[in-house]
Amino acid sequence: MSKIGGFLGRRVVKSILVLFMIAIFNFFLVRAAPGDPAEILAGQSGAADAEYIEKLRQDFGLDKPLTVQLVSYLKDVATFDLGYSYRQQAPVSTLILAHLPATLVLALTSFAFALLAGVGLGVQAALRVGKWGDTVITTLAMLAYATPIFWVGLMLVLVFSVQLQWLPSFGYESVGANLTGFAHFADIATHLVLPTVTLGMFYMAVYARLTRASMLEIRQLDFVKTARAKGLSERTVIMRHVLRNALLPIITYAGIQAGHLIGGSLLVETVFAWPGIGRLAFDALVQRDYSVLLGVFFVASIVVVVVNLLTDILYTLVDPRIELK
Amino acid sequence: MTALLEIRDLSVSVVQDGPSTPVVQGVSYTVNRNEILCVVGESGSGKSVTAHALMGLLPEGELQISAGSIRYRGRELVGLTSKDWYGLRGKSFGMVFQEPMTALNPIMRIGRQVDEVLERHTELPAQARHAKVLQLFRDVMLPEPEALMNAYPFQLSGGQRQRVVIAMALAMEPDILIADEPTTALDVTTQAQILTMIKDIQTRMGIGVIFITHDFGVVAEIADRIVVMRRGQIVEQGAASDILNRPQAAYTRQLIAAVPHKPQGKAAVTEASPMIVIDKVRKTFRSDKGRQVLALDDVSLTIQQGETVGLVGESGSGKSTLGRTLTGLILPDSGSVKIDGRELVGLSRGQWREHRRQIQMVFQDPYASLNPRHRIVDAVAQGPIAFGEPRRKALTHARELLELVGLGGDAGDRYPHQFSGGQRQRVGIARALALRPRLLVADEAVSALDVSIQAQVLDLLKTVSGQFDLSVLFITHDLRVAAEICDRIAVMRLGELVELGRATDIFYRPQHDYTRRLIDSIPGRQWSKPDLSDAGSSEDAIAYAT
Amino acid sequence: MKNFFRAFCRNKGGLVGLTVLALVTLLAIFASWIFPDSPWDMVNAPYMPPLSEDSLLGTDTLGRDIASGIAYGARVTLVLALVSTAVSVLVGITVGAIAGFYGGKVDQIIVGFIELFQTIPGFFLAVVLVAILTPSIGTVIFAIALVSWPPLARLVRAEFLSMKHREFVEAAVLSGQSNLRIIMTQILPNSLSPVIVSGSLMVASAILLESALSFLGLGDPNTMTWGYIIGASRSVLRDAWWMSVFPGIAILMTVLAFNLVGEALNDAFNPKLARKRTS
Repeated sequence: MSKIGGFLGRRVVKSILVLFMIAIFNFFLVRAAPGDPAEILAGQSGAADAEYIEKLRQDFGLDKPLTVQLVSYLKDVATFDLGYSYRQQAPVSTLILAHLPATLVLALTSFAFALLAGVGLGVQAALRVGKWGDTVITTLAMLAYATPIFWVGLMLVLVFSVQLQWLPSFGYESVGANLTGFAHFADIATHLVLPTVTLGMFYMAVYARLTRASMLEIRQLDFVKTARAKGLSERTVIMRHVLRNALLPIITYAGIQAGHLIGGSLLVETVFAWPGIGRLAFDALVQRDYSVLLGVFFVASIVVVVVNLLTDILYTLVDPRIELK
Repeated sequence: MTALLEIRDLSVSVVQDGPSTPVVQGVSYTVNRNEILCVVGESGSGKSVTAHALMGLLPEGELQISAGSIRYRGRELVGLTSKDWYGLRGKSFGMVFQEPMTALNPIMRIGRQVDEVLERHTELPAQARHAKVLQLFRDVMLPEPEALMNAYPFQLSGGQRQRVVIAMALAMEPDILIADEPTTALDVTTQAQILTMIKDIQTRMGIGVIFITHDFGVVAEIADRIVVMRRGQIVEQGAASDILNRPQAAYTRQLIAAVPHKPQGKAAVTEASPMIVIDKVRKTFRSDKGRQVLALDDVSLTIQQGETVGLVGESGSGKSTLGRTLTGLILPDSGSVKIDGRELVGLSRGQWREHRRQIQMVFQDPYASLNPRHRIVDAVAQGPIAFGEPRRKALTHARELLELVGLGGDAGDRYPHQFSGGQRQRVGIARALALRPRLLVADEAVSALDVSIQAQVLDLLKTVSGQFDLSVLFITHDLRVAAEICDRIAVMRLGELVELGRATDIFYRPQHDYTRRLIDSIPGRQWSKPDLSDAGSSEDAIAYAT
Repeated sequence: MKNFFRAFCRNKGGLVGLTVLALVTLLAIFASWIFPDSPWDMVNAPYMPPLSEDSLLGTDTLGRDIASGIAYGARVTLVLALVSTAVSVLVGITVGAIAGFYGGKVDQIIVGFIELFQTIPGFFLAVVLVAILTPSIGTVIFAIALVSWPPLARLVRAEFLSMKHREFVEAAVLSGQSNLRIIMTQILPNSLSPVIVSGSLMVASAILLESALSFLGLGDPNTMTWGYIIGASRSVLRDAWWMSVFPGIAILMTVLAFNLVGEALNDAFNPKLARKRTS
């Protein structure tokens, strides 16, 4: 058990280091940009007055030497002080925390959808390789893989909200409905359908292709021949021997994709006006509220780091060959 | 003896639209109860494909049975449905494959993998199966059966994994055991143990064994009857003693003549001052997981001018490491390597350059030792060109060398994939000779070749070393091969040089325990190869691969 | 060479992809001949549906021709995607080759660097970069390249690591060839096939990335790109569906084409693996 502890400890330290690097990157990015850093942080829309900009300059110590600024910035980040949004008149961290749950709900649902549907389709395609079932699944996957996420969202809205009027096209609950209990839950669920399919479709294609390739590759290996030589039915061979080995690389890959999923949420939340951190970031983008934008970027990185850590742990639990050193 | 298995006029061909050349053609043989039938042949002989066809395990969509019949206890197997096969495999037929390292499911426990066979074919409850699996482990002489139940394949050695596969194959006490080159990937001492075990099991259980191999020594060790195959057809078959001692067919005679056997006495080389002096060389490898392996433990050795010294050992002996240390590819931790009195250890990359000309290497894998995108004449000329020789002169010289090794004419303008394994090794030798070295390190240079090709390449090495007064360090795991061409042989084990002597002494008067064990493990030692000096060499020595 | 070409043509998808790419390229090259007016010009009445007179694919809210926008957009998209991929590939090869060939400490530092980049959510990083450095063709190329190079570097590194110990490379060392010569003439030519395949796939994702940035309003304000048209169509989705549908199809087809070509290239480089993959 202590092996796991040591392994975990090292990965956590590494993760914190990564986050610090990202924070430093943010710090230098703002100062590398053309223009006055204080104006950038205040928002170049000119909504801030000269007094506020001067106050910002003092707050951020922009008149002090670079190293001092960096240290105080890192100290702020460590205490989760990500700045203040003039536009929305609130601390950035408060805004983010308020919007984070909605994104997590969307991300988790999409991920589950993409993984289950993708792996399922991939397995079916591998079982029917060369036959028309495989061709159909592979072609659909190729199409989904080539389609821009934001466009899928718009098309789905066009078909299901505008034309058929089956599903709502924005928000996460019906405005002014004041529902409670199960009705409320169902209401959110109907709002969740289109965004989930939008965000999940691309990744479903990714997982389907990966699963199919992994299964076909494993099927060629020697130990599968041994399993057949034992007299096991083809079905048992595939399900018990091939599938489990084929899933290993998918776990790793799924973890890596989690990062991209967060990026995708920026697009999907924008299209569906879903009140998550993606939407927050887009509004900040439009309003040139760069404190908020950078804050969201940082929090997204935290999410990715945490997911990567969890993936590593899961993988070591599943593959007995990994030595936890 | 009732025939258990009767194969008649079996043909296997490639699956494709239209007519295709058969991979196996018109093969007929029988397998009886209580005997070991050895199917022997070189690569491409179809021996393995036939065995796969017997179990219905031909790769679907690639190969199929196109003609003939296979009868097991009178029941026709060709055209059987999958469901019927499920009942036969594992129960009436057991199969063991060549590669033990990849034969087991890497993420399933060993106990469970063997238990699967019992679960599939019996009605026994879990506890009874558990006891049976333990018994099977003991039958194949695996250590600590209880602990093994929960172990994973990666925790076992190659020999142990092969025993597990054999246990799985024999779990239901089948009538027939098909073993497809089961010991080829194992060390010689492990191979000896597994061969003994298979012989014992066969006698005890009275099963019929089909043992596929390319090694005539193994055949001599265990066969009751022999089938010789070549290019998909049977060349000859009969009782073991007949085939081994009075082979009739030309091909069989060639094959047996090519088998490396016992050393011929080589004249002692005059004791001049040695060209190469290796003194107490030490090398430890550290893996990034913190594990340490002592690859070379104070190894000392001398090599005279014009002498062929054999370096023999099993995997992990350090023989390859020593060879690479001589060529500068590996830097030792301590010790000295001198050529003509000049120290090589500690030289920088630039300083090594002048010595490159003197020490060259021939590699093991004919498929990985040539750059697939360069013509072979360019590969041979690359050394002289790198040392400043004008391109035209280097290319002419390269063509002469290729002619010397039997690849003359316009062979030089072709690419590696157009040549066979044996031909590529010849290119490797030509390349090594291009810089006119004084020492040639042959690192398992013939281990990946078929026996008849092996004999040709060994002949070439002998010729070349005599012609150019070349010293050769011949690294191999096969004592028989070393005995063919070496003057002296050094035996290594786990980084240590345990014995060094003339080839005949090592063979007939081994001093060290380990050397004796190695000699004892040589399969077919009892068999005296008949004198077949009238057998010609394989007719496609110069022809290009198709 | 002939074998390679034949193997490529055996893949129907690859041929389809190649045809589509040829059409898109022609469209991009001849855009100004087919549509003499600038795509920003108002050439017709606004909100004209497709198959109206003079506007095959309809017009937008200001009367600009959609078909013209798609044609000129092809130029920008192809140029942006190809240039940023080229930069990514160059950086990726250099970094990967150094890490893979020299190993040791150098490799560890580079791997740490690559891992850092792969932890940052790529799209987000691109958005932040372009936003703060102000959107222009240059910053978009920079952002896309910066986000795309790590996977290629990983690939090249893996190739070099495995090739370094291949026997023909050791033979080259024994022949006295210098490191640089070994990298350039022995290892690199044999590592190129996965790089070429990746390159095609990378162009596809560059197009997706670029169109997403344009959609959010982060494209170069002087360029009319497919993503921009879709972004502008959001508010009038109900009334002018053709504004979002047709540019989207253009993106879909072009990305699909690059993906198909990439897969066909892969099959052509590894004919034996290709056959196994379909049986």
